Amino acid sequence: MMSVFSDPRHLQIAVLGSLLCFLIVQNDFAPDLEVVALLIGTSLLTQYVCMKYVGMPVIDLRSGFITSLSLCLLFKAASLWIYPLAAIAAISSKFFIRYENKHLFNPANFAIVAGLIVFPDLVWVSPGQWGSDVWLGFALAGAAAVVLASARRGDISLFFLVFWAALIFGRALWLGDPLSIPLHQFQSGALLIFAFFMISDPKTTPDSRVGRMIFALMTAILAFTLSFGFQVREALFYALFAICVLTPFLDRIFKGPVYKWRLT
Amino acid sequence: MRFLFVFAAVLFLTAPAHAFCGFYVAKADADLFNEASKVVLARHEERTVITMANDYKGDVSEFAIVIPVPTTVKKSQVNIASSKVIDHLDAYSAPRLVEYYDENPCKMAARERFMAAPMAAMSDAVGVPGQASAEALGVTIEESYTVGEYDILILSAEQSDGLLKWLNQEGYKLPKGAKSVLKSYIKQDMKFFVAKVNLKEFDKSGYTYLRPISVAYEHEKFMLPIRLGTLNAKGPQDLILMTITKNGRVEPVNYRTVKIPTGEDIPLFVKDEFGEFYKAMFEQQAKEEDYEAVFLEYAWDMAWCDPCAADPVPPEDLRRLGAWWIEDQGGGPDRPTPRPMPGVAPMIAPAPAPVNAFITRMHVRYTGESFPEDLILQTTDDRENFQGRYVLRHPWTGGAECYAASEYYKSLPERFEREAKTLANLTGWDIGDIRKKMGSGGQPFDIKPVIDDRPWWEQIWQDDQQ
Repeated sequence: MMSVFSDPRHLQIAVLGSLLCFLIVQNDFAPDLEVVALLIGTSLLTQYVCMKYVGMPVIDLRSGFITSLSLCLLFKAASLWIYPLAAIAAISSKFFIRYENKHLFNPANFAIVAGLIVFPDLVWVSPGQWGSDVWLGFALAGAAAVVLASARRGDISLFFLVFWAALIFGRALWLGDPLSIPLHQFQSGALLIFAFFMISDPKTTPDSRVGRMIFALMTAILAFTLSFGFQVREALFYALFAICVLTPFLDRIFKGPVYKWRLT
Repeated sequence: MRFLFVFAAVLFLTAPAHAFCGFYVAKADADLFNEASKVVLARHEERTVITMANDYKGDVSEFAIVIPVPTTVKKSQVNIASSKVIDHLDAYSAPRLVEYYDENPCKMAARERFMAAPMAAMSDAVGVPGQASAEALGVTIEESYTVGEYDILILSAEQSDGLLKWLNQEGYKLPKGAKSVLKSYIKQDMKFFVAKVNLKEFDKSGYTYLRPISVAYEHEKFMLPIRLGTLNAKGPQDLILMTITKNGRVEPVNYRTVKIPTGEDIPLFVKDEFGEFYKAMFEQQAKEEDYEAVFLEYAWDMAWCDPCAADPVPPEDLRRLGAWWIEDQGGGPDRPTPRPMPGVAPMIAPAPAPVNAFITRMHVRYTGESFPEDLILQTTDDRENFQGRYVLRHPWTGGAECYAASEYYKSLPERFEREAKTLANLTGWDIGDIRKKMGSGGQPFDIKPVIDDRPWWEQIWQDDQQ
């Protein structure tokens, strides 16, 4: 067991992979197998080609695999040909959109936002496709994965969820709504994938704890505003996309250790 | 005391004390889904038209609806719709029964016939009141007018207390818990569309029933307020939401969508009780999802023409229901060329004109616990077609004599058993009863081959020798 999970990414793959398998078996709007194959295949291939291109000494496809699983769970397109484009955009963004040795965007989030902007009539995200029973299991597994995977950097998931909860529960209190409403809003599978597998990306978040806290707070506030003020359904993804641009500034202000994946 | 019926999509303010007939499925009983509301929502960009069908059977003087709307609505934004158009859309998009007749197994072929299963749903709205101390209570009457047989007020309020008090003063009985829901809508800057029947106009109109109301508005909010409707419901309620969009399927972003089981072969006797079947099946499916899911019953790209509905809703009716992007006369740049449906035989009836519209039909059975929040909707770009469709296969009953025929007859009991199990699974009905009914309904498990024992020359010349 320990050796399998010695690299935290293995646990991430296990969690996302199980969720995907579960959805494929149980959900009417799960991705078709050809979509899964296209996303995973193209992601791994792009990862391989990009690693060769930039001359990495060791070819490691694991993070590309994680990205493709996130895309399988969230990214929807009306035409099949968009999926490989999304995978290429996601993975290559890691290699080519960089600032000071870090990539700027979480790759899956980048592909979702790029898809929504470039093909507004062909791409969408279905955030409501998870039952609440799945949610709890996924919440626990996701939390475990994020704690093990990004070590102390996993705090950003927690920061974000706390800020997000504060905002939606605060809104409910202000409106006089019963707590069942924010609780229901919180029970979203898309929110968990976002919190545990996107915003937590150790390569795109600030190096210091204070930086990460500010990052999470800004993302939550922006997403909340877009969602409730402007009725943007994909608010979380746009918010993360926008706030990621600020990471270099946050790193300059608040210094912290640079993240490296532990080697297996 | 006047009762307030707040329409479903919107809100039910009182317990529906009157006989609502729900939705009729084929020859189903009138009480099928008898607390259902039927709403049509047409939307593209931010232009929205919501139409609430009305099957109210009680005293019209007691009828009233209160609907939270995101923006104020002027007289010209309200229209009386034709119930025929809504019933047509309802019947067109309803889950349906399809019959196939096995051909002589010695010469396999296929023929198909359709039976649409119209499912009428229903909805209701609630009315409203006068003027008086509105100002003192912090209630502003933004608009006040009469359209068709309805007196309509658009209210905005500063405080839920004031609004509630004012509505009470005007004789409307609101259910417990309404105050906090009203408060929430007021804080979200929603207005209230309140309608009651103008008896004079109603008598003048000559109609014996209340016609549906359409409300047009332009706002980024794409949602269906259901919270008021859950307040006084005694049990789960049904909502049939039909949407017309340009891009594709509509789905809630805050609830799970589940496709209703479809394409299943079921026993022949269901033909006479399709309504009961559908009702039982829907209940079974809703229960399995803990009443937490929105069921997709129909999703169809109208540009493809529906081969299964011989009587599609004409473009001008879709336009009347709010599909403003559809060209007035048909024709024009927005009109796509029809594409054939893969795997479906072309229809013989005159091909319906293709329209650039996508119809989604969702069916929700909800309670206040399982659906605490309003339906927050989005239009996806998914144009995949789907319909709830159940298949009856009539076995060949003519004579047949060949090797294939004996194989065919041998296979029938197994096929019947499969259908029985499917039906039991879908509906939760007792399989013993199902088998019994099948036996007397043309599907006996001990079916015997019908041997054509006429001499072969009579068989080959049977059509000529009359």
